[in-house]
Amino acid sequence: MSWQGKLLRINLTSGELTPEPLNMEWANDYIGERGLATKYLWENMDPKADAMGPDNTLIFATGPLTGTSASTSGRYAVVTKGPLTGAIACSNSGGKFGAELKYAGFDLLLIEGRSEKPVYLLIEGDEISLASADRIWGKTVWETDAWIKKQHHNPMLKIATIGVAGERGVRYAAVVNDLHRAAGRSGVGTVMGSKNLKAIAVRGTGGVRVKDPKRFMEVTDEMKNLLAKSTGGLTKYGTNAMMDTMQEFGGLPTNNFQQVQFDGYDKIDAKAMLKTDETGHTNLLTNKACFGCTIACGRIAHIREDHFTIQNRKEYWHASGGLEYETAFAFGPVVGVDDIDACTFAGYLMNEHGMDPISFGVTLAAAMELYEMGVITTDDTDGVELNFGNAEALTIMAEKTGKQEGFGEILGMGSLRMCQKYGHPELSMTVKGQEFAGYDSRALQGMGLGYATGNRGACHLKHDTFDVDMDDQTGEGKAEPCKTSQDWTAAVDSSGLCMFTMGAWGATEFAAQLDADSEGDWTAERLMASGERIWNLERMFNLAAGLTRADDTLPKRLLKDPAPSGTAKGRVNELDRMLPEYYDLRGWNEAGEPTEDTLGRLGLS
Amino acid sequence: MHRMLHIEPSLCTGCLQCEMACSFEHEGEFNPARSRIRVFEFEHGRTSVPYTCTQCVEAWCMKACPTAAISVDMELGAKLVSPEACVGCKACVAACPFGTIEFNPASGKVDKCDFCGGDPKCASACPTDAITYVDAGALGVGRMQASAQQAAQGGA
Repeated sequence: MSWQGKLLRINLTSGELTPEPLNMEWANDYIGERGLATKYLWENMDPKADAMGPDNTLIFATGPLTGTSASTSGRYAVVTKGPLTGAIACSNSGGKFGAELKYAGFDLLLIEGRSEKPVYLLIEGDEISLASADRIWGKTVWETDAWIKKQHHNPMLKIATIGVAGERGVRYAAVVNDLHRAAGRSGVGTVMGSKNLKAIAVRGTGGVRVKDPKRFMEVTDEMKNLLAKSTGGLTKYGTNAMMDTMQEFGGLPTNNFQQVQFDGYDKIDAKAMLKTDETGHTNLLTNKACFGCTIACGRIAHIREDHFTIQNRKEYWHASGGLEYETAFAFGPVVGVDDIDACTFAGYLMNEHGMDPISFGVTLAAAMELYEMGVITTDDTDGVELNFGNAEALTIMAEKTGKQEGFGEILGMGSLRMCQKYGHPELSMTVKGQEFAGYDSRALQGMGLGYATGNRGACHLKHDTFDVDMDDQTGEGKAEPCKTSQDWTAAVDSSGLCMFTMGAWGATEFAAQLDADSEGDWTAERLMASGERIWNLERMFNLAAGLTRADDTLPKRLLKDPAPSGTAKGRVNELDRMLPEYYDLRGWNEAGEPTEDTLGRLGLS
Repeated sequence: MHRMLHIEPSLCTGCLQCEMACSFEHEGEFNPARSRIRVFEFEHGRTSVPYTCTQCVEAWCMKACPTAAISVDMELGAKLVSPEACVGCKACVAACPFGTIEFNPASGKVDKCDFCGGDPKCASACPTDAITYVDAGALGVGRMQASAQQAAQGGA
């Protein structure tokens, strides 16, 4: 079977590195990756612990399918208590790092305590050590990646690292692997930085074996063919094809969610990325796959060399990760910017310094609204005019935040803390302190419910109500698909595969692959039940951490101010209608707590 | 007909399905480190290049081998390593100008591409046709045709 059956416990306080057998009973109940890491987190820390203190636990976890030839098998998750929300944080990433960890013989890394001095973890075959990070502390993601490979004379090392943002406490710092793939959201990189852990470098030369090789190859081949039938658009245009859909629909958050449509959308959308300009420059160079992925939605782009952002900075005259929908949203409509090169450069800076583009962009959007209201002035912003639409302000502030200089220190607090500091918490477009993704919940009602109940705060990746939201702009009938897709997404994440396969594969298709892969008699029903168990355990962590029903809400702007245009013109989000129905379906009481019956049914008593 | 693996880097997305298919065929497990084909990335993934043995007709590895462990598959043109005869001296590794024959510390022998007996799994696993198994005598035809078309259109 595809588990290595081993985890590595890393105590950064004592420096001890202890391999332990993987708890297979937990793997059977929680699938792997996100679910299994949640179980390990629950069993290994007090949810009330300070997210940025030594008592927080940080887990890197692969899934049962990670490192196999199933399509999109490169994923790993980082799970910890989040510094933005005080809730459970769970971010997953592609690239090659996750599979490499499995090949190195570990299913999961469990990191505890705090190192006195900056260190990095090296796993190179049988040699495992913590090494001094003195010479890379203060370096960027890209510099760190190059330095470690050179230091160990091993270009095959796969590296997950934080940038300066994570070292210096930006609340939404990311863990970036393979230069431009990231466990981007919820500040998992901030926690890594607070532990004085700069990077994890892995080279694995072992193999992954599956339970039933013949059946596994047959079923995964069949699944790849099925996947190819529906993902051509994602391959050609990437996720940024969504920009046009949201613009037309009127769900494209603009100028800090004051509007829901953006005039400049077609200057930064997927088609704009493909367009060759008058100088012969095309933003998009090629598409790119993560490990094992037969979709290849990743974008590799480059910036015009005469663009103001890089014209005097030759070090950026190279290709790197390009705009996805969420980065295009976060550097585009929500801050009013329609300059594709500036947006692409801001994306480079996020990867280089290790930050979540969504949280950064939405925090900057709130700062721009504060600036336009006159609450903050150029005296606060280091002389930069922070108007919506100012592309130069976007890239200057992205860099200042990444390096924690000047007003960047304020932006690094995240939207909620910043807006509270200036006396306007209502301008913070967040749930539980985490910023929204690029979908307006007045136009997409189920999305709003998913945001409000998201265990890691506002998030578009932990449920999927897209189709029902597009069909109907009321709150009616949204609770059930929200709940069901939350459970299902938890199962998909936990398998080690990518959620972009969900359009092609249902529970039966996932179960067929998982059952050929590993022990446990996986069926669609068992996967769904496991997903619900995982969702509820995340909820239990949050309740134990001190969150309550009151945290399952949306900003007033989305509940009171009607959408000014688009399909949902005149509508607000109907959370009051959806939330009680949702709690009921979940088997939670009015306080949003799972009842004894529910816990018993899920084996969580 | 001698065929060979034709590699078109511009089509490669870097998914590594070829490495997994190769290691599964030869080792019974997914293990890119033991794959006889490797994909290398340059400039933050701007290009991804699969690379493997070209099955030289006058193969350096074969000539360097002191135990005659490397032989020619007359039908496929592939150079094959006999694990029984290989003593792990690595003379072939030193001799190969392309680095495509590799020492395997686990077995103490060398590994190289053998065309999977005429059905190379890397090619069938490639989702974009960046790797194809084609007539070795007509490798350039596709590129010639593309260049001819360009010339006809007044280009290069």
